[in-house]
Amino acid sequence: MIPLTSITDPVTDPGLAVSCRGIRKHFGEGETRVEALRGVDFTARAGELSFLVGPSGCGKTTLLSVIAGILDPSGGDLTVLGERVDALSARDRILFRRKNLGFVFQQYNLLPALTAAENVAVPLLAAGARRPPSLERAEALLDRLGLGARAGALPATLSGGQQQRVAIARALVHEPRLVVCDEPTAALDHESGESVMELLADNVVRPDRAVIVVTHDSRVLHHADSIARMDDGRIVNTTRPGDSLPAATQRST
Amino acid sequence: MNYVALRMLTGDRAKYFGLVFAIAFCTFLLENQTSIFANILKRTGNQILDVTDAEVWVMDPKTEYFEQTKALKDTDVARVRGVPGVEWAVRLFKGGPVARTSEGKFAASVLIGIDDATLAGAPRKMLLGSWERLREPNSVVIDQAGYVLLFPGEPLTLGRALEMNDHRVTIVGISDVPAPFLSLPVMHARYSEAIQFLGRERTQLSFIIARPAPGITPAALTARIVSRTGLRARTTFEFMWDCIRYYLRNTGIPVNFGITIAVALVVGTVVAGQTFYLFTVENLKQFGALKAIGVSNGRLTGMILLQALTAGTLGFTLGTGMAATFFEITLRQLQTRGIVLMWQCVGLTGASILLVVIVASVLSIRRVLVLEPASVFRA
Repeated sequence: MIPLTSITDPVTDPGLAVSCRGIRKHFGEGETRVEALRGVDFTARAGELSFLVGPSGCGKTTLLSVIAGILDPSGGDLTVLGERVDALSARDRILFRRKNLGFVFQQYNLLPALTAAENVAVPLLAAGARRPPSLERAEALLDRLGLGARAGALPATLSGGQQQRVAIARALVHEPRLVVCDEPTAALDHESGESVMELLADNVVRPDRAVIVVTHDSRVLHHADSIARMDDGRIVNTTRPGDSLPAATQRST
Repeated sequence: MNYVALRMLTGDRAKYFGLVFAIAFCTFLLENQTSIFANILKRTGNQILDVTDAEVWVMDPKTEYFEQTKALKDTDVARVRGVPGVEWAVRLFKGGPVARTSEGKFAASVLIGIDDATLAGAPRKMLLGSWERLREPNSVVIDQAGYVLLFPGEPLTLGRALEMNDHRVTIVGISDVPAPFLSLPVMHARYSEAIQFLGRERTQLSFIIARPAPGITPAALTARIVSRTGLRARTTFEFMWDCIRYYLRNTGIPVNFGITIAVALVVGTVVAGQTFYLFTVENLKQFGALKAIGVSNGRLTGMILLQALTAGTLGFTLGTGMAATFFEITLRQLQTRGIVLMWQCVGLTGASILLVVIVASVLSIRRVLVLEPASVFRA
């Protein structure tokens, strides 16, 4: 077990990629108010594959959205890659996200009109890079991830596993320091899901990069360097490989 | 990202062609209906514009438009000639006799009687024969459409006879004059003969056409004629617009065409606007993913505008091509001659399409701007 709150300074500790302290988030007001996050303490370290697990509606995806800077927390301190993301202006947050974050979605969210290579190149194009070098880089990355032969294929012609590999390549092409993955194996069969997780563990995690994975899929937890379990808007425990899991928490995944 | 925007636009061929053709159809409808409307109204003044010799038209104060005239007195010509600044002024008769062929075919026609001495007002564009042959006794020049109407299926030939008000007249020329409002034969004869071909009213001087002396504008001359003679005087273009306004005020043409144009505008714009709006809404998930990745709202707005303007430009160009082809075909028909695609209608339609595209874009952009990027995390 590691402590729920980091004892190091999240701004100066280069190994600490994400630090959440007392993060709260609610939606709506009055009778319709829903407390999605109730004071979450969570950390993710560079070079590690951190899992967020828990039952549906426990706040995993909300926490991931807050960490990624696409949802504003209602309270608490959030430091991502040494930056107080919640204190950034909307424009700076977009720039921060574009430069430092990679996204892998459950439904891949590839642009159907673009080829695999073009999809991978989107973050580079969004940052203002020219198309030919962006495509070259995208094709090289796809090649490295074993999809070089399908670089010119449209997403509709790829299998689910291949589409998720393309999505992972898109998340990596601009060399982000934090990759957030929302249920990356949920739409895949076990074999493809295992293959995607191996890819994340072997090719995505680097000493200078943290990867956070939100998942329901208990079959892939053995890839984790740390597992934070959430319930009812809170982290209920955080374990590392080899730690024994409380039975109640096992059921919740 | 412009490349990405264009690929998103063209990626789904069915949607893309549907959008472009919706805009093209809207463009075609608008250009077609507005051009036909404008050209039909323009026809009401064609016989005025066709008299290129004169710049000023003088008429009875009660005469409102070309087709319906109150006769002037013969002495009015002299009065107009006496107005300072008039270089010349001659009589012009306009009547509507019935012309018959020896085969029994007949048609009401527009008969223009031009000054015997000068032949001012004669048709200048001749297909066969010469307008100068009008000096021959009992001669007329008939327009091509009128000839075809009276002698259907027969080649254009000079020397054929017509009967008007018990007068036998000979066709000495076939002209190519602009079509009148009603598709009637247009004939020209000398004034002294034309009044005989109609011969029902005591006074038959319909108009006096005049030209200002050098250094005097037509508008200045009309003012002088009005003040000195009490007659109504208009420049050529003023009189043409008088005719158009008369038809707009007093006929069902503007209402009927207005309804058609309004329906074309509403149907076309709603279809085109809704198609584009739905196109964006169906791509919201993709826009959400781009937002999450770090594409700014400004860039997304630019992408949607680029998509809208591209589809709009293609649709407008295609629709204008369709309209141009339509008018190119109808232009060659005698009945619809002179009805052309007017640049003003193309401009008006272009502005309408631009407005539709911008409104549809604004509605679409609004959906994208309020889109929560976190929505892409929801399956």
